[in-house]
Amino acid sequence: MTWLVPLLVLVPLLGAAVALGLLRHQELQRAITVAVLAIAVVVAGTLMVLVDQHGTFVVQVGGWQAPYGISLVVDRLSALLLTVSASVLLLVLLFSIGQGLAADDEDAPVTIFYPTYLVLAAGVLDAFMAGDLFNLYVAFEMLLVASYVLITLGGSEQRVRAGTTYIITSLIASALFLASIGLVYGATGTVNIAQISERVAGLPEHVQLLLHTMLLIAFGIKAAVFPLAFWLPDSYPTAPAPVTAVFAGLLTKVGIYAIIRLETIIFPRPQLNTILLVVAVLTMIVGVLGAVSQTDVKRLLSFTLISHIGFMVMGVGLGSVVGTAAAVFYTVHHIVVQTTLFLVSGVMERVGGTTSTRSLGGLLKAAPLLAALYLVPAFNLGGIPPFSGFIGKLGLFRAAAIDGSPMAWVTVGAGVVTSLLTLYALMRVWDAAFWRPRPAAEAAAPHATTAEPHADLRSPEPAPLTVSEETGEAYHPGGSTTVTDEAHASSASRPATGSTATVGEAPERPRLPRMLVAVTTVAVLGSVALTVVAGPLYGYATRAAESLESPDRYVQAVLGGIVE
Amino acid sequence: MTTTLVLVIAMAVLFSCGVYLLLERSLTRMLLGFLLLGNALNLLLLIMSGAAGDPPIGGSAEGITDPLPQAFALTAIVITFAVSAFLLALIHRSWKLSRADEVEVDEADAAIGRDREDDDDADPEADFDPKAPEDADDPHERAPRPDQEATR
Repeated sequence: MTWLVPLLVLVPLLGAAVALGLLRHQELQRAITVAVLAIAVVVAGTLMVLVDQHGTFVVQVGGWQAPYGISLVVDRLSALLLTVSASVLLLVLLFSIGQGLAADDEDAPVTIFYPTYLVLAAGVLDAFMAGDLFNLYVAFEMLLVASYVLITLGGSEQRVRAGTTYIITSLIASALFLASIGLVYGATGTVNIAQISERVAGLPEHVQLLLHTMLLIAFGIKAAVFPLAFWLPDSYPTAPAPVTAVFAGLLTKVGIYAIIRLETIIFPRPQLNTILLVVAVLTMIVGVLGAVSQTDVKRLLSFTLISHIGFMVMGVGLGSVVGTAAAVFYTVHHIVVQTTLFLVSGVMERVGGTTSTRSLGGLLKAAPLLAALYLVPAFNLGGIPPFSGFIGKLGLFRAAAIDGSPMAWVTVGAGVVTSLLTLYALMRVWDAAFWRPRPAAEAAAPHATTAEPHADLRSPEPAPLTVSEETGEAYHPGGSTTVTDEAHASSASRPATGSTATVGEAPERPRLPRMLVAVTTVAVLGSVALTVVAGPLYGYATRAAESLESPDRYVQAVLGGIVE
Repeated sequence: MTTTLVLVIAMAVLFSCGVYLLLERSLTRMLLGFLLLGNALNLLLLIMSGAAGDPPIGGSAEGITDPLPQAFALTAIVITFAVSAFLLALIHRSWKLSRADEVEVDEADAAIGRDREDDDDADPEADFDPKAPEDADDPHERAPRPDQEATR
């Protein structure tokens, strides 16, 4: 079944080529893109099951044996991330179709969106199974170049400005990465990850430290850990909502994945673990303080993204199987939840006309379902017990407690504070955008903003909460019927409260939100489903971490060419 | 592993010039910096292949240079090429948007500085922004700019 592995890169790339050829046939383009990503989801899901049963899959591309050719390696960690990313990519694609990028922006070239998106997908998926450093570099470049195009999509002034920051930062990260590859090759004579792992122990201590640090910095910029995260909140929020969602969910996680590989396979010795823990603490605290101070929902979410990267770095920095397992689980959780939150913010922008908390308001009355859709992932990210965020954080804190060193306890403290502040920041948005009436400046009809919402607010608000808290499964059928109901309700109630909203939106409303809300609901249900399947998922993450525990197994699988 | 010192020095010079240019505000200089950096990286890759030898294709297997870094360099060149094409398009777009300005001055960057200041004025909470130092720097950066433009 190893022939499945290259499909994950091949199919999106071929799909991109075909989609590029069909620039004039948008419907076909769309269908191809959806089909390609659906195939990717199926293949990745199959691999996830097969790898768990049969062990690591290794494909020597072109039949060149391991140290000489390019290896694609899918172990449990890769397979898990492949599946989650492919699903998220598909979901966000559906969202972007629903949003109709053409309607969103003055002159956004929708035609180029789909092929670029597929190249991005190919890059992300390739990065997760690259078996040698140079292939990882090529995968990074693939997804980065695609992301350059996506972040400057439409080429408006703001996007070009924001894109410049992002592009230059990424270029420097790539340059550092390439330089470290050169040095690694000079030091070990190979770029095959498995072979590096074998040879690196023989290097002098200071050479190891240099290579380790350089790679860590290069990946750190990608993953947006604290001192290297300055570019993220500046550039992400200006992109179209689906693009931001997929960037937030996946691109930083590719960096985290690379850090996990670096710390477990390439440099398994705990050389820099203390530094990683310090960085994790700073990332959490600085990121969340940034989030607290923001007034724009998208910027705020970008800062929470940074602060929660800290949790994953913390898991890696603990350097134990429990820690890595928790980090892997947290990564999966965070991919889903952060993407969902950005999708919700996209819907909020669509419904409310803005993402600034200063001018948003009264959304609870206007779109009660949207309020529920926001609240569930917000609680999830903040780590309220029934949700996967709580489970992930609990796992991390447990790993830290097992570690028991003073630094580990400091990270636990920082983690708790961060969770609390995250919740505070997200609840501020809830307060401003949903709970309070629409600001007077925005709503010209004062009677609608003062008395009525408060009368309505009390009763419907707890309802979505209790529904979602009880069981994720039972929520499903109920939720899907509510989608259509609420979509009608919201479109019906809009003219009453929001007749003063920008004129441009009015004609789009009846058509658009239904699909957006449906896709977002699926995303929210997905994030809730993570709680339902948390047991097996955590078990999978633990098995993934166990197989990372000693690099020997990876080395054996790649260099031995064994397909168990 | 032996290499010529000349190559190492050339690489160092390219690196330093590239980094210096990347620190500029002008997009064109960033592009030039990126190109220099790319060449420095290619040199680094070649240096890592060790001493010069016979061409890897044809002849005996004795004393050939290591072909792998050359393959890396080729790939890196292609990527650099693609990215510089994109950067050029970006520069063009940025120049068109910032109204007949020289590419020298990155107007869009100044605009974000102005936006941020407005933000800070209106919202006292924004003081917690970890990027506050950057904001503080901006006036310094922008202050000499009108003169710059005047002298042009």
